[in-house]
Amino acid sequence: MQTVTTSVAGLGMREFTGGSGDPLVMLHHSFGNPGWMPIHEALAEHYTVHALDLPGYGGPEGSEQPDWARHPRDLALIVGQWLRAKGFGLAELVGCGFGGWVAAELATMAPELIKRLILVGAAGLLPEQGRIYDQFLVSHSNYVQAAFSSQDAYEAIFHSNGDDPDEHPLGDDTLVVWDMNREMTTRVAWKPYMYNRRLRPLLGGVTVPALVVWGDSDAVVPIECAHTYVEALPDARLVIVPDCGHAVDLEAPEALAAIITGGNS
Amino acid sequence: MFLSYFTEQPMSAYPADEGLKEGFTSVMFSNKYYDPVEGSRLFNERIEEYKLAEQVGFDGIMVNEHHNAPFCMQARITVMSSILAAITDRAKIVQLGNPLPTYDSPLMFAEEIAMIDMISKGRLISGIVRGAGQESVCLNANPAYNRERFNEAHDLLVKTMTDDGPFSWEGEHFQYRVVNPWARVLQKPHPRIWVPGVFSAETIRWAAQHRYPYISLNTPLHLTGDLWQIYDQAARACGYEPGPENRGYLLRVHVQEDGDKARENAREFMWMQGEFTGIGHPYWVSPSGYGSSARRLDYAKLANSEVRGSRASRFEKQLAAREIVAGTPDEVIAELRVVLETCRPSILMLWGNDGGVSHDDSLRCIELMGTEVLPALRDIGDELGLHDPMELDTPVSLALTPPDELNPIEEAADERPEDTSDSRALKMFR
Repeated sequence: MQTVTTSVAGLGMREFTGGSGDPLVMLHHSFGNPGWMPIHEALAEHYTVHALDLPGYGGPEGSEQPDWARHPRDLALIVGQWLRAKGFGLAELVGCGFGGWVAAELATMAPELIKRLILVGAAGLLPEQGRIYDQFLVSHSNYVQAAFSSQDAYEAIFHSNGDDPDEHPLGDDTLVVWDMNREMTTRVAWKPYMYNRRLRPLLGGVTVPALVVWGDSDAVVPIECAHTYVEALPDARLVIVPDCGHAVDLEAPEALAAIITGGNS
Repeated sequence: MFLSYFTEQPMSAYPADEGLKEGFTSVMFSNKYYDPVEGSRLFNERIEEYKLAEQVGFDGIMVNEHHNAPFCMQARITVMSSILAAITDRAKIVQLGNPLPTYDSPLMFAEEIAMIDMISKGRLISGIVRGAGQESVCLNANPAYNRERFNEAHDLLVKTMTDDGPFSWEGEHFQYRVVNPWARVLQKPHPRIWVPGVFSAETIRWAAQHRYPYISLNTPLHLTGDLWQIYDQAARACGYEPGPENRGYLLRVHVQEDGDKARENAREFMWMQGEFTGIGHPYWVSPSGYGSSARRLDYAKLANSEVRGSRASRFEKQLAAREIVAGTPDEVIAELRVVLETCRPSILMLWGNDGGVSHDDSLRCIELMGTEVLPALRDIGDELGLHDPMELDTPVSLALTPPDELNPIEEAADERPEDTSDSRALKMFR
């Protein structure tokens, strides 16, 4: 794995990249990408994985903040420019949670950049029955915890790395990155929160194959949104991951990798 | 001296035990606990108290605005200001302050204050604030753009008050095809603008750079020296010499003939677990993007800590530190002399009654303030040379100060750590 920074729209865009094969781009949740994770490692056996920090995400070392961006669609435009700059031709695009919203927006604007759209617990659509869990009413850590159905799975990633009494149990660096990510989410998604009424009417134009993956115990984005995505996208199928929360990529990386690579779909 | 009466207008008839059970008393604390019958009674009692405050000699009545919480009943500052415009004749109506960034239409706000200024026959002082983060949450105004919206709304407000329309406004956060309100402020060039705050270095400097008086909201007395140092340095850099006319102070004060009774009633200042704004979560009080990035780690640690509840000092400690002053008129005058000597404000807001203090006791407190305390404070003010902006007829802003009166002094590098202020504010706002 290596860290690469590419300049797009005047912004340094950071990615973790590794593996070999066709390009696969992963867009993270609103709380950010915790690093080169088991899901990346598993997918890197089949693809060249590009785990991109969305603009303004990833903390002090992450991608630079576009101070003009006001909507996730603005972030999608930057990601589109980044994809063209990378010269992938066609890439598999995986979006998780908030990153799924950005991926869906991008797919409506530039399907010619995308080989396959993979939405994992994607935000972006207003649920008719339930409600998208509002991170702005809870602490950073409580929100991230809500993305996991299992406390053990959460703690396997977010836990104390030392015994410094001055350091927060989750690590000071983690808190700073979480807060910078939350600030960026505030800048582009404060209201309406985590949906865009102008997205669904455009999904019919996304002619590329799509895969919609949802944890059956998703407590952040109601599973009804999975069905709405599948109805609205012309060529989509749904895979539900049992005993899994919102962050399928972090809680069930092997299952998700198998679904994406066709090993268990 | 300019002496003003203030009360938070507490919704004292709420079940405090329910708030303690919930662990917070703002934002999400259910309004099922709000009894509008009691609300009606309390509003009308406050109105009687305001009338008395004017009768007994207060120069002004200060009003404010907060949302989704029992500590303050006023959800719209311009509503109470409008009522005061109609029911009082002499006292200034002091708005401290209007939370500009939370308003989606600064133009509509400009129309409202023009109406209030005309109806009150020019008695409006229109303070402006960023509003604590929880106000942004309650009114769903993006906290990450709070300061940008504050600055832009201010610029638009001042232009609307001073320039003839029609003109257009194409800002980052506000756009108007036509700005041409048929409601104009009576006071020329415009009503005075004051800026209240706890202790945010950025806001103190901003006020000084606009030559707006800064009204320190019960900031611990021993910190006010630091506060004025920041203000004065920024003022001199702009070319004017600051003085008491640039300084205001809000203090919790309760008076009764019986000093023990006054101190017992003054315990009600602690009624929201000792916190001005009640208990709220840090991620409501200061949402991500609202505060200084220099304080990010401390804020994030606080927001993700298990420690909850009040961080306020005990009542006796606050009494000893003169953060609360209570007693007989003579006792209170002696304490306030120390406050005036230390802080040297020309604008003093007496926050008279809070929590469950009865209507009768509130009226008596106001009466004693008027008959005994205010005359003594005016004498002390004269003795200490504490002259307010109206007495001195100072320009209402730096922009409206004749350029030949300005003599900027190059600002020395401020060695004060930029981040100390916000942490204090955060602590005090919790």
